[in-house]
Amino acid sequence: MSVILVFLLVIAGFAGWWLSHQRLMAKPWLEQGLIGDTIGLEGSALPTAKIGLGVFLAVVGCLFALFTSAYFMRMALSDWQALPLPRVLWFNTGVLVLSSIALQCASVAARRGEIDAVRLGLVTAGLTALAFLVGQLVAWRELTAGGYLLTANPANSFFYLITGMHGLHILGGLVGLGRTTAGAWNGTRPERLRLGVELCAMYWHFLLFVWLAIFALLAGWAASFIEICRQLLT
Amino acid sequence: MAIALVLVLVVVGSVLFHFLSPWWWTPIASNWDYIDNTIIITFWITGVVFAAVVLFMAYCVFRFRHREGNQAAYEPENKRLEWWLTIVTAIGVTAMLVPGLFVWNQFVSVPSDATVVEVVGQQWQWSFRLPGKDGKLGMSDTRNVSPENPLGVNASDANGQDDVVVEAADLHLPVGKPVKMLLRSIDVLHDFYVPEFRAKMDMIPGSVTYFWFTPTKTGTFQVLCAELCGQGHPLMNGVVMVDTPEDYLAWLGEQQTFAQLSAPQQVGSAE
Amino acid sequence: MVDVTPADAVPPAEVAEMELYHPHSWWTKYVFSQDAKVIAIQYSATATAIGLVALVLSWLMRLQLGFPGTFDFISPEAYYQFITMHGMIMVIYLLTALFLGGFGNYLIPLMVGARDMVFPYVNMLSYWIYLLAVLVLASSFFAPGGPTGAGWTLYPPQAIMSGTPGGQDWGIILMLVSLILFIIGFTMGGLNYVVTVLQARTRGMTLMRLPLTVWGIFTATIMALLAFPALFVACVMMLFDRALGTSFFMPAIVEMGEQLQHGGGSPILFQHLFWFFGHPEVYIVALPAFGIVSDLISTHARKNIFGYRMMVWAIVGIGALSFVVWAHHMYVSGMHPYFGFFFATTTLIIAVPTAIKVYNWVLTLWRGDIHLTVPMLFALAFIVTFVNGGLTGLFLGNVVVDVPLSDTMFVVAHFHMVMGVAPILVIFGAIYHWYPKVTGRMLNEAMGQFHFWVTFLGAYLIFFPMHYIGLMGVPRRYHELTATTVMTESANDLNAFISIMAFLVGFAQIVFLFNLIWSIRHGREAGGNPWRATTLEWQTPETPPAHGNFGKELPIVYRWAYDYSVPGAKEDFIPQNMPGSFGTSREPA
Repeated sequence: MSVILVFLLVIAGFAGWWLSHQRLMAKPWLEQGLIGDTIGLEGSALPTAKIGLGVFLAVVGCLFALFTSAYFMRMALSDWQALPLPRVLWFNTGVLVLSSIALQCASVAARRGEIDAVRLGLVTAGLTALAFLVGQLVAWRELTAGGYLLTANPANSFFYLITGMHGLHILGGLVGLGRTTAGAWNGTRPERLRLGVELCAMYWHFLLFVWLAIFALLAGWAASFIEICRQLLT
Repeated sequence: MAIALVLVLVVVGSVLFHFLSPWWWTPIASNWDYIDNTIIITFWITGVVFAAVVLFMAYCVFRFRHREGNQAAYEPENKRLEWWLTIVTAIGVTAMLVPGLFVWNQFVSVPSDATVVEVVGQQWQWSFRLPGKDGKLGMSDTRNVSPENPLGVNASDANGQDDVVVEAADLHLPVGKPVKMLLRSIDVLHDFYVPEFRAKMDMIPGSVTYFWFTPTKTGTFQVLCAELCGQGHPLMNGVVMVDTPEDYLAWLGEQQTFAQLSAPQQVGSAE
Repeated sequence: MVDVTPADAVPPAEVAEMELYHPHSWWTKYVFSQDAKVIAIQYSATATAIGLVALVLSWLMRLQLGFPGTFDFISPEAYYQFITMHGMIMVIYLLTALFLGGFGNYLIPLMVGARDMVFPYVNMLSYWIYLLAVLVLASSFFAPGGPTGAGWTLYPPQAIMSGTPGGQDWGIILMLVSLILFIIGFTMGGLNYVVTVLQARTRGMTLMRLPLTVWGIFTATIMALLAFPALFVACVMMLFDRALGTSFFMPAIVEMGEQLQHGGGSPILFQHLFWFFGHPEVYIVALPAFGIVSDLISTHARKNIFGYRMMVWAIVGIGALSFVVWAHHMYVSGMHPYFGFFFATTTLIIAVPTAIKVYNWVLTLWRGDIHLTVPMLFALAFIVTFVNGGLTGLFLGNVVVDVPLSDTMFVVAHFHMVMGVAPILVIFGAIYHWYPKVTGRMLNEAMGQFHFWVTFLGAYLIFFPMHYIGLMGVPRRYHELTATTVMTESANDLNAFISIMAFLVGFAQIVFLFNLIWSIRHGREAGGNPWRATTLEWQTPETPPAHGNFGKELPIVYRWAYDYSVPGAKEDFIPQNMPGSFGTSREPA
């Protein structure tokens, strides 16, 4: 359970940092009237939607941290046999990086008000994300064909489970991306479109980060990294 | 108003119930009276806190109940009082925790002269295995379980041949000798629990758990399963008899070893 | 969780500018409503309905325990299905849903001075997914094989094996699917509660001016958002084991003489995941109760809550600590014994901030002007039962004391007292307190008194003696307690007494439900602020508050939530939105 505890420690760090700016030591009964410096104590200047997405991503992060914790605990048991990673995963990673870059470009373009560049970025991101999902399915088929079935070994089970979970999140993101893209053609107000594009970019970058972490986990690098850390500590 | 009186009655009634009611733990038959003592310490500390808080509340309700013209005092906080209460609470908590941790340390440190007894749980009965003359239990695995080998003893392990197997029958233990109970299950979670011994521990299929104790009284004790293990859970009873050393040896002499149990069946299947 | 896409999380940009979605038809106003107050009532009604099912199940269980052998229709299978459904419904579908979905939705926007939740559409979806989860759960009663009987902890391997009711039928699958749905739905609602407190507070409403109710619900929601994923992971993995034959939790097993296909898995892994959710869950239920009861006591004792800052810090501290105590549910599970030292210590440390909260409640009564209204009575009863249940928690948290007591009736008595009776007493108090705001009328006082006395004394008489049955060594989750030698004749009589009390208490709840319905039409007119309270929900221009809560202009907050009996002020309460400076000496001497 150490992975999830470290994750929660990071969250607690954020929460602590935020709380420390909220004057928790103040004696509220002595402060009557509109407190002069309530600015900064009345919620963040960021759009509410971004805060909402941020909180949601913390929950998603928690979910994957828990899967990782379970992965390590199950891995410690004797019947674990690592499976060879299909080569296509490297390709998929590249495609997902492209997808993130495309959304970043769209986001920059939205800030500058270049609607054509926004459309191009959104469509590229959508297509590359779809390509990523197809690539993941190819990886699944390769493994199944190679005899690495879901139930044959816990390592296999975790591979399908975690990649599937990540794929579902991409799929959910595609719904949002689809709506934003439709908006880019239907003449949504520019500020609204910009917010939508920025939210998509934020979600995409996060899922890319999660994918890289998962990839490292499934490839076994994460385990060796932890092993090195453990040896350094002892 | 009635509430103030009822709050007092709740405290008085609870205390009287605690001391006068016939419902109390069963007489102990093992060395774990340390655990009983820790419970008594905890009862005293928590009992005093409960009575103090509720009686204080009753007094407040009586004394400061609303009457025409009353006004509440204005007191947002009292740093000093809060600190004192925190410190007193911390002391009380420590007074319970420290003895508890000491006894836990004893509970998990098995004495080196403890003899080993293996308990195997399955839906819904108890079986036992004792090491033979070599003093060692043979290896076992759930995968070896078959009608002829109900406990899954590894037939190729020489240590296991002289193990005494007690399938779905009573376990006997000699009085006054520490035993380490190795707990194993071949299907679901169970929990080996004898109320008089105070100790208990879950048994998990796929791994071996343990606890230790020294029986201090001879007699017959009921084994209960304390982890919900399916619809037969409440009927999963067994018997542990704590014997004098002579009685124990007599019982042990009547038991069959793993080798004896598997031999005639091999002949039978050859015919 | 999967379903919340960023597009769903995009609020209609209007909300930031406080333009609300205006319903055009009866359907969008009362059924597919995006108004948090309507959603709150929908949540509460659904939770109450499924809670009644759980209440009836508890009666059936008590029939069997109090009068063993008398009722043939309660077979062991049925009994285990009753306990499982009773536990799961009460903890998740009633308490969690009612405190966060019900009270959270109703009170957060009103108390922080917002027009609505920040993502009303997502908030509506949250309720409908919750309803779906409840329906899936209820459908398991009619599935072949009936609901699961694995106990609310759903421990594998037994939960998905044939020796357990529903294990190889539909029961366990429906249960897992329902939980997964619940978590998805809750996450949608939870995002709203948290972000509304973060972003939609009105001018002047700093964190330290928030009523403790909001603090409690806010902290509990954050905890729930971080803890429910653990249950989600456990449920998904168990669903894989059951439906697809993987071996996450399943070791090699011989079932009824037959080797199963599974192998190598770890049942303990499930327990870690389950309790990583399960322990914070206790505080997810307790913290809103802590918050609400603080406000009830302060309002009805006409005195500021004693030690407000300490109360806030304690809520945050308890919330954080509760994530590192989970394995105290697993002292005798066979995990590494050295964990016992760590988890016993963290568990007993958490007793300190909890005790501080109790002291501050009773010190608020000291030199107060206590109005013994029905909400106040419930608040007092909460303190009694919470202190009682909290103190028995010190037995079970102290690792070695837990060894003889775990899995006995002592545990049943403990958690019912501390997270069953205590929070439910707060819920009742809160309903008597806020009902006038929701309906514009007071609940009937006589029925309220009857409800209070029977519920409080009855519940105490049920669960206080039950501890001693556990102390005797009688295990929990036994269909036939008489099968044990530790169970004496007199203890059987005590069990019959407990059962009779349980029926009485259950009957009082029916009176309460009748009161809820009767008073909508026949209750005394309440006016806008019947309790003369300071917080913003009582200052709305209309009662019940209209869509948008505060009329044309949002209130501006000038003071904290507890300006009761300020020396020198004309009245014994000053609403939070009242400008001006009152009081002569605010710094206590």
